[in-house]
Amino acid sequence: MSPSSKVWRLPKDIDTDNLAPGAYMKLPVAQIAKHTLESIRADFAGGVKPGDVIVAGPNFGIGSSREQAAGVLVELGVRAVIAPSFSGLFFRNAFNLGLLLLTCAQAGLINEEETLQIEQQMSDLSSNEASSGTHEGAHDGANDGAHDGAHDGAVHTFHIVAPSGLRLECKPIPDFLMQMIDHGGLLNVLKYKYKQN
Amino acid sequence: MMTQDKNSNLSTLKNEKLQPQSLAQKLIAKSAGLEQVSVGDIVTCKVDLAMFHDSSGPRRLKPMLESLGAKIWDTSKVVLVLDHYVPAVDAQSTQIVQLTRDVAKQWRLPNVIDSEGICHVVLPERGHLKPGMLCVGGDSHSPTGGAFGAYMFGIGATEMLGVVVTGEIWVQVPKTLCMNWGGTLQKGVSAKDMMLHMIAKLGMNGGDYQAVEFCGQAVQKLNMQERMTLSNMSAELGSQVGLIAPDQVTIEYLKNTRADLSDEWVKEALETWHSDPKSECEVFDFDASTLSPQVAAPHSPANSSPIESYGEERFNVAYIGACTGAKIEDLRAAAQILKGRKVSNSVKLLVAPASAREQRIAQEEGTLQALTEAGATLLSNSCGACAGYGFAFAEHDRVISSTARNFKGRMGPSSVEVFLASPQTVAASALRGELCDPREYLV
Repeated sequence: MSPSSKVWRLPKDIDTDNLAPGAYMKLPVAQIAKHTLESIRADFAGGVKPGDVIVAGPNFGIGSSREQAAGVLVELGVRAVIAPSFSGLFFRNAFNLGLLLLTCAQAGLINEEETLQIEQQMSDLSSNEASSGTHEGAHDGANDGAHDGAHDGAVHTFHIVAPSGLRLECKPIPDFLMQMIDHGGLLNVLKYKYKQN
Repeated sequence: MMTQDKNSNLSTLKNEKLQPQSLAQKLIAKSAGLEQVSVGDIVTCKVDLAMFHDSSGPRRLKPMLESLGAKIWDTSKVVLVLDHYVPAVDAQSTQIVQLTRDVAKQWRLPNVIDSEGICHVVLPERGHLKPGMLCVGGDSHSPTGGAFGAYMFGIGATEMLGVVVTGEIWVQVPKTLCMNWGGTLQKGVSAKDMMLHMIAKLGMNGGDYQAVEFCGQAVQKLNMQERMTLSNMSAELGSQVGLIAPDQVTIEYLKNTRADLSDEWVKEALETWHSDPKSECEVFDFDASTLSPQVAAPHSPANSSPIESYGEERFNVAYIGACTGAKIEDLRAAAQILKGRKVSNSVKLLVAPASAREQRIAQEEGTLQALTEAGATLLSNSCGACAGYGFAFAEHDRVISSTARNFKGRMGPSSVEVFLASPQTVAASALRGELCDPREYLV
């Protein structure tokens, strides 16, 4: 179980110019963050609190490769973005910066300002056994697994629980991506590895 | 960082029956050192080339590299392009450009292309791309490289850090979505129209981060620049890559950029880099011969429909620019419409040729003069208004543009309305001051 998070509802097709407008891209992330979503939701950047979650329509993060689009949400303390689908490029950027994205087909059932709980479990695809809360330290590094030297099939499963008791299933996330969330992004994962070597 | 002996992997696989492989699967398998891969596998690939520019590159990578105490794995595999903040329009841009140049020297980067064009156009122009490669770019339009049979995709700056310190990247083997175009395009209809039509059909995330492959008779007939337009706007389909199997057209282009293509290499490339018959793919059929010029209304490329479906739309700016819409063939297509005519008094026609080298070709053959004599103002060979990082449109401008994205607030203030179309349609509309079907000028 996790601390509860307040919901900000956003429509479908939120693009990277909504999140990190091009005109501010010269600035550091902390300053771009003040303009996050200003073209469509002017109360967001000033009103969002650390630990809040965004629940959006399909295709969240379409557009540019600018990772500041994910960086501003990390900067503002957004705990997770929940949507039926994400841009693949944005998806990679978000995990690389330590921002949790949950792909949830039924995200549309969640309402503005609701308070959500996010449940997380770890399971192994091969054995199909789930074990709660044991992911940290269970695997060492994003590049040390089996097969191709990277990825061993362990995944984390997530459920979102709304105040009504509604329990929504999310798409599982591979363990090597969850390690980025646990370490606070790829840079920290690399720092950890460089220290070990 | 690879700890496992690859040979054991390979020998195990060789004993299994090989499955037909898509072009995407073959490219990934080669870079992962595997005989074959299956859709859904997550593998680590060796990167053959990493491209980044003045926005996504040194200014973001330098502090992170220093915090790691790490160095670039192989500078010969890195290409740095200055195209987003040039020419610098203010003090902050000047600072970013200066930092980029300083870092290029400090890192002793052998491949730096400074203010000579847009990354996705200058990269192949300088012979950096060829079939069979796996490449990453610090820019979302990096799938442009797929036109050359390279598995090339866009990544963010932190992921680029991972690439430049390890020389590797993870890829989940995608499904292949085959965009099969039969028939022949009408005069005045181009790759840009094909692309806007596909985006309208599938949606901006319809590519679902899978591999799109463009094929069929109409695709084979396209020249390299038009093929690049297809692959380029795969980004707007939301696919990871937009591949086109190399053929003689590809080889001819490459021969003009690289002297060292041996006959054996060409033979092997043509034999290898295509999807096997019966490989796994989902086919979408399109007919080029019935396609009209397409126009995307504000504020999404997916808002596209045939030009006939529009009423009167007046513009005060016509923009021919960007990697999507100002390559040499785009300029030629616009010149065909504009030659000997004058742009409407109510419209400002701006042309930003995508590369300096292509601009020189346009000048030598008279294409450029046809544009300027019609009233076009030439802008620099950079991303310009398309990126919205420097030059941008003014409040309430109504723009028809040959670029890739018309998101609200991207190319100027939120009040700017951008319609996307082919270079031909932009040119015809510039003549009339309102939306105009280019076929009216090509009878």
